[in-house]
Amino acid sequence: MSSRYIVRRVLLFLLVIWVGTSLIFFLPRLAPDRDPVAQRLGNLAATGGINTEGLDEMVEAYRAKFGLDQPLWKQYLNYMFDMLRFDFNYSIAMYPATVFEIVMRAVPWTVGLLLVSTLLAFAIGSLVGALLGWPRTPRVMHWVATPFLMMSSVPYYILGLVMMYVFAFKFKWLPLGGGSQYGTVPTLTWQYVWDVVHHAILPAASMVVAGVGFWALSMRGMMVTTLGEDYVMLAEARGLSPRRIFFRYAMRNAILPQTTGLALSAGTILSGSLLVEVIFRYPGMGSVLYRAITGFDYFMIYGVVFFVILAVGAATLLLDLIYPLLDPRIRYSRK
Amino acid sequence: MSRSWGYVRRNPLLLVGVAMFILLLLFWLIGPQVIDVTRARPISAMADQRPSAEMPLGSDSVGRELLPNLLVGSLYTFEIGLTAGLIGLVVGTILGFIAGYFGGVIDSFISTAADVALTIPALAVLVVIASVIKEVLNVRNLALIVAALSWMRPARTIRSQVLSMRERSYVEIARLSGMNDWQIIVQELLPNLLPYLAATLVGAVAGALLAAIGLEAMGLGPQTEPTLGMTIFWCNYYGALLRGMWWWWAPPIVAILYVFAALFAISSGLDELANPRLRRAR
Repeated sequence: MSSRYIVRRVLLFLLVIWVGTSLIFFLPRLAPDRDPVAQRLGNLAATGGINTEGLDEMVEAYRAKFGLDQPLWKQYLNYMFDMLRFDFNYSIAMYPATVFEIVMRAVPWTVGLLLVSTLLAFAIGSLVGALLGWPRTPRVMHWVATPFLMMSSVPYYILGLVMMYVFAFKFKWLPLGGGSQYGTVPTLTWQYVWDVVHHAILPAASMVVAGVGFWALSMRGMMVTTLGEDYVMLAEARGLSPRRIFFRYAMRNAILPQTTGLALSAGTILSGSLLVEVIFRYPGMGSVLYRAITGFDYFMIYGVVFFVILAVGAATLLLDLIYPLLDPRIRYSRK
Repeated sequence: MSRSWGYVRRNPLLLVGVAMFILLLLFWLIGPQVIDVTRARPISAMADQRPSAEMPLGSDSVGRELLPNLLVGSLYTFEIGLTAGLIGLVVGTILGFIAGYFGGVIDSFISTAADVALTIPALAVLVVIASVIKEVLNVRNLALIVAALSWMRPARTIRSQVLSMRERSYVEIARLSGMNDWQIIVQELLPNLLPYLAATLVGAVAGALLAAIGLEAMGLGPQTEPTLGMTIFWCNYYGALLRGMWWWWAPPIVAILYVFAALFAISSGLDELANPRLRRAR
């Protein structure tokens, strides 16, 4: 892997963060309503909304920093500087807590749920897809897989709702929502760990079931292409066992572009998981964002969105840097 | 004619998808004649009613009758997806053509912009915009917002297609016979790209629908007009599932599953058209 590739890739990452952060600063300003945030904060203060404590100060702080009396470039610089220091101000709805604290409390839940379900979906989906592209696979497999392939385009949370109804509401096998039993204190005991896993099964399952079809579809396409390659034919001519050809020759090569697919869909997967959290009231970033939207906790929305952009950018960067290690044929020199 | 019939016979899924859409169109066309759509507004029916003879899908907690709600909601939702997808396709195609045909600095600029915009999770940016202008969100505005972030994939697909087509000999001949760039693009390249455009449109509409319904489920959809995603938001908000009101949450879910299944069928049906290599693979 050349150092030029690494530098270029890191620059692209910085560009993504910069453009993303700037977009969410400038785009809302194009709205006809001139300063909706100050207005809304003012309304909250006037009507004695959810939590008036500290609201006046926040309105002041907001006006001082982003107020329209300041030139746009100055507002922008202030904003960028705050974002880079992870200073997202206080949460409007939960005043003494800062946005950063609340987001940090939610991050482990989201990362845990997302990582486990994405890896499971990726592994199962790739295997199923490889089998679907393999001529020796029994016909039954195609029949079993078709519903999963159909579900590949369905949003996770839609499946989540259905599963929640069947397994939590009707049969009461699994909890209806939340991250752990209400009122339990996080401790490192088996009981607590089991409780967390128990609560994560349904949200994770809805993401895995919808994800398997997606990965299977792209893997099937890659598998068909790989099986047409000369080295597979040579392997067959050498009389290698089908099992060995399947795993060592076909699947091993077909799975490489899947990693690129993972990098490309990191954003979609994360967005999908945020909505799953909303449906299951899972205590991660999705629920924080949802509460922030319904309660118009403006600073919180910005904080969560910034973290989402950062996380997806970092995940994409990581996968792009890993890829050349997996596939030594890739050189990444331009032309 | 016989060639296209042969295509449909090889790809029966295309027919399935189109048939599903025709059924949906019939529902939208005939529905308003039979169903009173004004009852999709709040307080037009008694709240929390089970399905009955007068109200086939019952009503929700704020007194919307749910069958008209489903009719209007599915129509609006599809309108948002189609508008956003079409705008994304047109803008993306133009950018893809410019980048692929002219190359050079302009190509690197457009390609980098598309790469960057693809890496930024669309939902995150959309959430910020939509939450700021929540009061003025209607079907048209939501479609425009979603469209702003659906040009990247079309731009990339079309760019790579144009890139390979530019070198073909018929383009060379067209150029030698004195056609200018504009004529070559419109008369030679565009007609050859139609199958790709069809396949890309299906993908763009599906992507736009996904984003729009996701935004709505977060409560960031049209606040006064019913849509499928907003219905799910209200279900979540009023705890419809926990209260056993299946007639409230099930219809939008079935409708969303139906639309996505139809789009999936059409796009798999068009796959062979967009990737001719698949034909050999079978």
